[in-house]
Amino acid sequence: MHISLAAEKIIEFGPIAITNTILVTWGAILVLVIVSWFATRNMTAVPGKLQNFFEMIVEALLNLVESITQDRKKAEKFLPLVATIFLFIITANWMGLIPGFETIGLKEIEHGKEIFKPLLRSPASDLNTTMALAIIAVISIQVAGVASIGFFKYFKKFFNFKGPIDFFVGIVEGISEIGKIVSFSFRLFGNVFAGGVLLAVVSSLIPILVPMPFYGMELFVGFIQALVFAMLTTVFLQIATIGHDGHE
Amino acid sequence: MEPETMKLLATALAIGIGGLAPALAIGILAAKGMEAIGRNPEAAPKIQTAMVLAMAFAEAIAIYALVIALIIKFVA
Repeated sequence: MHISLAAEKIIEFGPIAITNTILVTWGAILVLVIVSWFATRNMTAVPGKLQNFFEMIVEALLNLVESITQDRKKAEKFLPLVATIFLFIITANWMGLIPGFETIGLKEIEHGKEIFKPLLRSPASDLNTTMALAIIAVISIQVAGVASIGFFKYFKKFFNFKGPIDFFVGIVEGISEIGKIVSFSFRLFGNVFAGGVLLAVVSSLIPILVPMPFYGMELFVGFIQALVFAMLTTVFLQIATIGHDGHE
Repeated sequence: MEPETMKLLATALAIGIGGLAPALAIGILAAKGMEAIGRNPEAAPKIQTAMVLAMAFAEAIAIYALVIALIIKFVA
């Protein structure tokens, strides 16, 4: 039973390598694009089944964002980023549970040892993917803060010269922004990677029937982690755009 | 002790001790959340949202411990 923290490289063009998680990321993008193309062509005022289903999802996400921002217009501005994060992560996580992932692959000889390289692997089980999502989210939060309350007013939060304690608090705020990147990426990575390891171990011990509740748990965890990533992004966006003296 | 033994011990201790505090934190959060919902059932959706959010933060610490345990076991 092979367990590798790093994603395995499938194709290499010199310094650029395509890993199995990149392949599945492209697959997730393809799934989302095709499904949304089908859902949004020939849109009618009284929606058909697929359009209705996606209208439900978009409305649920908009209501979730609005419940945090308390402002419809702001919620509509935040929705594209938050909904994309949610839909991509949930598609990626649930696709990673399809049978064949992390089991069908190539046996290769590398450094004289024979290792097994699965062809497909859940994208969020690769720290690169989750780190990229986290960096995108945190940079978008900074950009949204600057765009809504102005460059100097936003960065006054980090460079606060009103007094020695406020100065220290500003520095801690800056460090906590970096901490957000770490916490976003490791939360998603840890949950999905550990879930994959758990499924591999349980399936290798008793492959019949017993893995079923674990698959159920992984479905649930995949949904919750997508929701938590999206909700936390919304909360931090809201905090960044209300200004420093909003909570004095 | 040989390095292999220490590695196994370190892996087990990392996740064992590291899961203690987050479990307590999530339990306290859930308890307070249920108390709040019991007192004011109308505000249940708001309380639920905030509770799940706070639990995500607490769970993240357990995930950090798990990642360290996995790194010790499979990479170092």
